[in-house]
Amino acid sequence: MFVNALFLALSEIRRNLMRSVLTMIGIVIGIASVIAMVNIGKGASASVTESVSKLGSRSLFIVPGQSKGMGGQSTTATPFELKDIEVLKNTIFSLEAVSGVENTTLTVLYADKNYHTGIRGVENDYLVIQDWQIEMGRAFEKSELRSGLSVCIVGKTVTNKLFDTGINPIGKKIRLEHFSCEAIGVLKEKGANTFGMDQDDAVLVPLKMFQRRISGSNTIHTIMSSVKKGIPLEEATIQIRRIMREQRSLSKEDEDDFSIFTMQALLSTISGITQMLTVMLGFVAAISLVVGGIGIMNIMLVSVTERTREIGIRLAIGATADDILTQFLIESIVLSALGGIIGIIVGLMISWGVSHVMDIAFIVDSLTISVALVVSMAIGILFGFVPARKAAEKNPIEALRYE
Amino acid sequence: MISLEHLGKSYGVGEIKTEVLKDINLHIEKGEFVAIMGPSGSGKSTLMNIIGCLDRPSTGKYFFEEIAIDQLNSDQRALFRRYKLGFVFQGYNLLKKTSAIENVEMPLVYQGISAKKRHSLAYEALKSVGLEAYLERDPSQLSGGQQQRVAIARAIVTNPSLLLADEPTGNLDTKKSHEIMMLLSDFHTKGSTIIMVTHEEEMAQYASRIIHLRDGEVERIEDVR
Ligand SMILES: Nc1ncnc2c1ncn2[C@@H]1O[C@H](COP(=O)(O)OP(=O)(O)OP(=O)(O)O)[C@@H](O)[C@H]1O
Ligand SMILES: [Mg+2]
Repeated sequence: MFVNALFLALSEIRRNLMRSVLTMIGIVIGIASVIAMVNIGKGASASVTESVSKLGSRSLFIVPGQSKGMGGQSTTATPFELKDIEVLKNTIFSLEAVSGVENTTLTVLYADKNYHTGIRGVENDYLVIQDWQIEMGRAFEKSELRSGLSVCIVGKTVTNKLFDTGINPIGKKIRLEHFSCEAIGVLKEKGANTFGMDQDDAVLVPLKMFQRRISGSNTIHTIMSSVKKGIPLEEATIQIRRIMREQRSLSKEDEDDFSIFTMQALLSTISGITQMLTVMLGFVAAISLVVGGIGIMNIMLVSVTERTREIGIRLAIGATADDILTQFLIESIVLSALGGIIGIIVGLMISWGVSHVMDIAFIVDSLTISVALVVSMAIGILFGFVPARKAAEKNPIEALRYE
Repeated sequence: MISLEHLGKSYGVGEIKTEVLKDINLHIEKGEFVAIMGPSGSGKSTLMNIIGCLDRPSTGKYFFEEIAIDQLNSDQRALFRRYKLGFVFQGYNLLKKTSAIENVEMPLVYQGISAKKRHSLAYEALKSVGLEAYLERDPSQLSGGQQQRVAIARAIVTNPSLLLADEPTGNLDTKKSHEIMMLLSDFHTKGSTIIMVTHEEEMAQYASRIIHLRDGEVERIEDVR
């Protein structure tokens, strides 16, 4: 009986193909958006986690001023100086590497080519913190760092823009607006970071040189550091805080005039936002599923009325009320499950497309797929029940007389 | 086989109460071919629906082979129809957009008979009504007479104990009507019991007994031949 009802449902759907397809659309959209969202969300967070572990899950940033978020530090807070970095290096053994970082943007020139890029004054420790390898040439030498010689390490994007293929950038003199520096190394390609910024679009110069020739002062606006393996970031944070308060001679009552960020805290904020977004979008998807379910109920009610005579014939021939109920219930379940299957396929296609465009991992979450299938069938049962019961409750004589 | 005792059927209550059937007492033996005649509104269809377990009497008793049909609930009546009865209606009542053979197979589906056996039984039934060349035809592609023959095939495919036909020739011309009556007679001579409602004296002559109804009462019973 069940198999027959299944065949019956399929042939009934085929008989009213256009209507069935339109009925399914609500479910298709609902399921497709759920599948796409969950898969894209999982892909994005997998990519985030991957880049966190790659780029300093153990790194700490110290910036002057107190602010609630990144980038909003007050201008009145005094910046750091080189001696702060020296003290951190010499007193906190839990730190693996410490480097001051200064940033600006300049137009760089070589031969007849020019390119606007980020210039970063750093020390060699910066490469350790960022886990950044040198592909060609070498890092800075102690003497270059100490005296601030005009040398630079160039990011991949910049070399591609300035040098024709086949030209070895090492030893070439690059002009940074009003002075020139010798390229001593080329950084290995890193790609876009978690926020979608091209990390290879940068030129690294010795911090001393940056201070002397670009900023013209000995201030430092960011200190980056990485914590040794096995030591909790919190412990390092406490130590840094104590030293920095001493360095900046803050009294007991004074609040911190600097902030310490961890990459992880930042990312957990982001993933929190992503999660909230997923929940909200999931809510929207749930609404569209309900709307889809109501669509199915509506069509099934119409169908039951239209097929009153058929119901009468079936009852006369020996169908019980349960047989009729099963028939219509299975029809609505098949309808919504088909919608669910199409929705899963569409959703996977969308998430594949998005993962391609956004360059995140394409993850097929089998649990979500099975849940989506079950949910779509449950919608068929839920919203198919009322019409099916209406069909089953029909009086055979009246149904047979129906025109 | 069938025994109706003081059977009554009324619609509505109080002032608007109408008695459609009054104190019907009838006995129909196994193997009989009974025709029911009477003017329009005399309660023929109502009586047929009660005998066919599609409706329940308001009063009185209905026994079918010792089964008290008036005591059955709707599921039990459905099962009774499924295994014991066959119906032929005036308006054919075939399923639309469903082939002749699928229509004939339908009662067997509810009996839970396997697809293969279903197909061969339905084929035999359609052959016995002369439609073996029209198996895959949709009802809309068949003439009225052919549709009624499909309906007869559907009614006899389960080999029912009782075949009920409510004006089976009502929509057909005389020649087609006689063809249909021949098929019913055939089925009757093979040992089945048939109850048929008709308006036409000519068609009633195929029966062995004619029950005349008037205003919901049995007016007279006439033996043919
Ligand atoms: N559901 C109902 N409610 C009220 N009255 C009804 C109902 N069904 C039938 N009747 C009445 O019962 C009477 C008998 O109806 P029935 O259909 O049995 O007549 P019939 O003998 O079959 O007539 P016809 O030859 O026209 O088919 C009619 O007067 C009809 O109006
Ligand atoms: Mg009638």
